[in-house]
Amino acid sequence: MDYFLSEEQQMIVDTARQLTDERIIPNRAELDEKHQFPRQILNEMARADLFGVPIPEEYGGLGGGCFDIVLTVEQLGRGCIGVGTAFSANFLGVYPIILAGTPEMKQKYLPDVASGKKFGAFGLTEANAGSDASGIQTTAVLDGDYWVLNGTKQWITNGGEAQIYTIVAITDRSRGPRGASLFVVEEGDPGFSCGPKEKKMGIRASSTTELIFKDCRIPKDRMIGRPGTGFITVMKTLDLSRPGIAALGVGLAQGALDEAVKYAKQRQQFGKPIIAFQAVQHMLADMAIGIESARALVYAAAKHIQEHPKDMSKASSICKVYATDVAMKVTTDAVQVMGGYGYMCEYPVEKMMRDAKILQIYEGTNQIQRNVIGQELNKEYS
Amino acid sequence: MKIIVCIKQVPDAKDVRLDPITNTLAREGVQSIMNPYDQYAVEEAVRLKEKCGGEVIVISMGPPQAEEILRQAISCGADNAILISDRSFAGADTWATAYTLEHAIKKIGNFDLIVCGKQAIDGDTAQVGPGLATRLDIPYITCVQKIREATESGLIAERMMDDGFDVVAVDYPALLSVVKDINEPRVPSIKGKMKAKKAEIVKFNAQTIEADPACIGLPGSPTKVVNVFPPSARGGRSVLTGTLDEQIDQLVEKLLPYL
Repeated sequence: MDYFLSEEQQMIVDTARQLTDERIIPNRAELDEKHQFPRQILNEMARADLFGVPIPEEYGGLGGGCFDIVLTVEQLGRGCIGVGTAFSANFLGVYPIILAGTPEMKQKYLPDVASGKKFGAFGLTEANAGSDASGIQTTAVLDGDYWVLNGTKQWITNGGEAQIYTIVAITDRSRGPRGASLFVVEEGDPGFSCGPKEKKMGIRASSTTELIFKDCRIPKDRMIGRPGTGFITVMKTLDLSRPGIAALGVGLAQGALDEAVKYAKQRQQFGKPIIAFQAVQHMLADMAIGIESARALVYAAAKHIQEHPKDMSKASSICKVYATDVAMKVTTDAVQVMGGYGYMCEYPVEKMMRDAKILQIYEGTNQIQRNVIGQELNKEYS
Repeated sequence: MKIIVCIKQVPDAKDVRLDPITNTLAREGVQSIMNPYDQYAVEEAVRLKEKCGGEVIVISMGPPQAEEILRQAISCGADNAILISDRSFAGADTWATAYTLEHAIKKIGNFDLIVCGKQAIDGDTAQVGPGLATRLDIPYITCVQKIREATESGLIAERMMDDGFDVVAVDYPALLSVVKDINEPRVPSIKGKMKAKKAEIVKFNAQTIEADPACIGLPGSPTKVVNVFPPSARGGRSVLTGTLDEQIDQLVEKLLPYL
């Protein structure tokens, strides 16, 4: 369907599409098999200016908004959401700086992110604090001109590969949800280390590690925003980045449908290509319906968020739930359409199905998203 | 460093079909692309500029629509572009093309390096690079698979041979023609595309380059394409098996009646 993109938006799509076709798709199977971080592909993406898309122009970026990121990431998702996750998590780490950082902090970090010289990562989750983010135990204590961090973050994307880590830590437990603050920890800061890479069901190209803080000392000016505003900035960050995750889902589902249709047209059984059979046609049709409706929803949500940054939550959660559930269903059905061949590692859809599951879990599980939507409805109607 | 890259717009090989009635290339609906070898030439020139500083100028002799590939080259890092276009250039073979490019380059002025793709995928002659260098009276290295070293005064390159490669040193000004092994062309950047969209393409015509009308286009071409046809399918293939000696015996048996 024609979404009447502007010339600049079409340039973004064309660039991301070409990069996906020429660099991601030919390498995705190997990256998956070796659990290998796609550094070279990310460097190429940086050279193509894709890392500059959401960075303000005055810091070397293209000054794009939520919709531009969605357009970029949808193409990457069609290739591999492992690579797409590495790209998206970079911005999860960087959005807090854009939203709440001082001009000096933005000048220090954003140009390097826009040029791809440095990658970001976002450290919120802990072993005992997933959906219940307020249960985090990592602390930050002021000692003279330094903050001293202690604690461990778990399952952090780009861990060990990023240079800039945005970390949420408790600065005043007595203030409850207003007692957390955000900090920038840099690779090489004393007392900061990363654990080994986790072995995962899918998105294996993405690096997932623990972040360990043992009396990690960082200069005072590394706090992002005012003390106690940590969770507010975190919520805004997640609201802003969820449409990107939804877009990964749309791209992934599209890639799976492309493979399934191609296969169904050439696989002959009972004297015909299997696409001639209604059972198969109906499955493919339902997959296409899911993808088009998810895409329309994600685009609408992203455009809304771009213009209404104070009214992001409901739209953001709705598109994330729907598109990621669609991605799981479509990739599973793609394996089914391709039958035995779909199950074999030689064909790309089994990886797509393994990859899809995380979309329903990270950046707020789809159950938490439904909580958010319910709470927003409650507020709206009071 | 001032580097000139010669590029050509060609039909996309995948789409090319023969018109069954006229036996000529059916061009309708066939996409035009930058000659693939030339993409590698542009990339290598841009890499040299990024390493040594300077300017990359892309030039193309072609119809007005060749402007597309010049803009594409700018989106990949070239700085300036010149379209060499004139009705009187039509029908040029490699001799007339090299003449035309020579005069265009003389109009541009001094340069350090010219980079070309090894050959165009429509003509497949690989003649223009060496022809151009000979006319300009500069040394050239063909089939360059790698530039080992580049300084302000010259470079050292690997020239691909059938069974390995030569290492060749040359001083500027010089010409290189490159093969696909030399690099992987970058994906054009978004900023590059925006620059390409706004770029002003300089236009040269036959007058600008002070070309002698007898030396350009069809009149200037000693060779003419008389016919294009697909070769008829040859029948009768057999695969010889057995030890090498046995295969040689069988082969000699088969060849004897033709001697």
